Amino acid sequence: MRPRPTSTEPVATAPDVHIEVKEPPRTPKQIARARRKAAAKRVWREYRKNTMGMAGLIILGFFVFVAIFAPLLASSCGLDPTCPSTGPQLHAPSLKYPLGTDDLGRSVLTLTIWGTRISMIVGLVSTAITILIGVTIGLIAGYYGAWRETVLMRLTDWFLVIPFLPLAIVLATLLGPSFYTVIFVIAITSWPSAARVIRAQVLSLKTRPYVERARALGASDWHLVTRHILPNVGPLIFANTVLTVAVAILYESTLSFLGLGDPLHTSWGTILENSFGAGAPFAGNWWWVVPPGLAIVLVVLSFTMIGYALDDILNPKLRAR
Amino acid sequence: MSTRRYLISKVLQAILTLAFVLAFNFFLFRAVGDPVTQLLRGHSGISAQAVLQLQRQLGLDLPLPQQFVHYVKETFEGHLGYSYFYNLPVSQVIAGRIWPTILLIGLSTLASTALGIWIGIRQGWRRGSKYDQGMLAFTLFTYSMPEFWFGLLIIMAFAVGVGPFPALFPTGGYETTGAGYTGMAHVVDVLNHMVLPFFVLTLSYLGEYSLIMRSSLLETLGEDFIITARAKGVRENRVLYGHAVPNALLPTMTVTILQLGFVLSGVITIELIFNWPGLGLLTATSVDARDFPVLQGLFLLFSASVIVANLVADLLYSYLDPRVRAA
Repeated sequence: MRPRPTSTEPVATAPDVHIEVKEPPRTPKQIARARRKAAAKRVWREYRKNTMGMAGLIILGFFVFVAIFAPLLASSCGLDPTCPSTGPQLHAPSLKYPLGTDDLGRSVLTLTIWGTRISMIVGLVSTAITILIGVTIGLIAGYYGAWRETVLMRLTDWFLVIPFLPLAIVLATLLGPSFYTVIFVIAITSWPSAARVIRAQVLSLKTRPYVERARALGASDWHLVTRHILPNVGPLIFANTVLTVAVAILYESTLSFLGLGDPLHTSWGTILENSFGAGAPFAGNWWWVVPPGLAIVLVVLSFTMIGYALDDILNPKLRAR
Repeated sequence: MSTRRYLISKVLQAILTLAFVLAFNFFLFRAVGDPVTQLLRGHSGISAQAVLQLQRQLGLDLPLPQQFVHYVKETFEGHLGYSYFYNLPVSQVIAGRIWPTILLIGLSTLASTALGIWIGIRQGWRRGSKYDQGMLAFTLFTYSMPEFWFGLLIIMAFAVGVGPFPALFPTGGYETTGAGYTGMAHVVDVLNHMVLPFFVLTLSYLGEYSLIMRSSLLETLGEDFIITARAKGVRENRVLYGHAVPNALLPTMTVTILQLGFVLSGVITIELIFNWPGLGLLTATSVDARDFPVLQGLFLLFSASVIVANLVADLLYSYLDPRVRAA
């Protein structure tokens, strides 16, 4: 894990870009950076010992590789039914088409490879937005307390109660199927749990002596939040993020399966939707159904395993035991 | 806080949440979507006059606050609008689909809770054993699996019969159409159709319950009264089932009720792939038909049932565990 970037340092001090101070006395910034580097190293050392976490990391690495190098692994032409590389329709797996073909003669392997990209991007982007909303609301509610907390937490509880999929379906149907709708819908329906976790942590952090000390020394709210609270909530946010990606990818596949995904992009969910729409499961065309689903399971599994491993290491509540 | 005040505050909270959902529902379908455009989707050459008339008919020419009051009144009277697709009142469309869903959710939740609790007890009691680790891996796997994909696999294996698998059950539906079974034969027919969706839902949520039961039992086993019981010389079996399990069951029971929101989500795709004529299938087909009034009604019903379930969980918890009331 990378340490939090410390670029938010207020530029009140003279910009001494040219002078390279390597020797002690070090600036507070350097001390903080060194400390975080050491902490990151410690986490990584512990993480490496976690079998489940490492297994998750390897699986995830494989899929990230596939997503990045998709154009090299399979020509994007194979997504187009009019492409010359398409073969016979609904062909069972063979040497030329290792995972068979769909009803338009496209290679299921090609579809699954390219689906990796969309599924991962949707998962990551929607998670980023989810966490952004969750952290903002959790921080404000936890740090300021009083009426802000009451209002924000009531809102969070409301959103928490509304069943996710019906809400997502309603939103996606109203907004029309598109890549951005899916991302927006996932983010808007999954932030509440992140907000609650962050708030709880902020509540305990803001009463710590070092925060009180900084406040007594005249630190502003902004300074306290960005330099003392946020870096300490950071690890928890990170573990939470990883788990949220898993959920987001699952949600994307469900929404796409219900026909609310972007019809112009191939994701694992849309492959499954197409196969179901074409009656593949009922005709026994298993090669069209198994691969995209298995890919979803593996990626979600990898994120979940990494998330649990990180939670084990980073969550102070679990570590204390 | 007294029991009475606790109950009243919980009920008030539920009512407030319900009010929020009502307002949210109204906002969603009026502000995000425009009912007239939705209604006229696919039609061309509609005169401006006809649009105006339609707006008046739907009460959309009134100011928003007035529309909202009207909407709330109508909702409480059970008027949820008119389905574009079925040409029937939404309440009637929904009412016709409720029972299959209740049957499916009810039976599968019963089964997955009972099994999950049993597995969780065995896991927690022998923490770190082969069984525990195996079950944890299984839990992680079912958690990572989209329910509908699992359902498709089951359909291929046991309804269609791919490869070595025998086609044992019908691929979908609620009953054999045109068979005209009555009495016991009808019950057997429906159950036969329900086996696969029931199995898929049960297995999909089993892991969640076993996980909760396991961690809850582990927590209970660390409490002082367990040590006391053991020190007294209570037999191990009695420590588990007499002392630990009853206490560990509390959180599991309430969480089971709180899971309803997730189960509802799962039921939507499962009913779709098994063509089970319940609320989930209705949701999926209404999405396809862009039947907004039905979606709105379903959304309201789903949210309301989750809110009520939450309330029941709260009340049940306070009844079963007096410590909650005291807090």
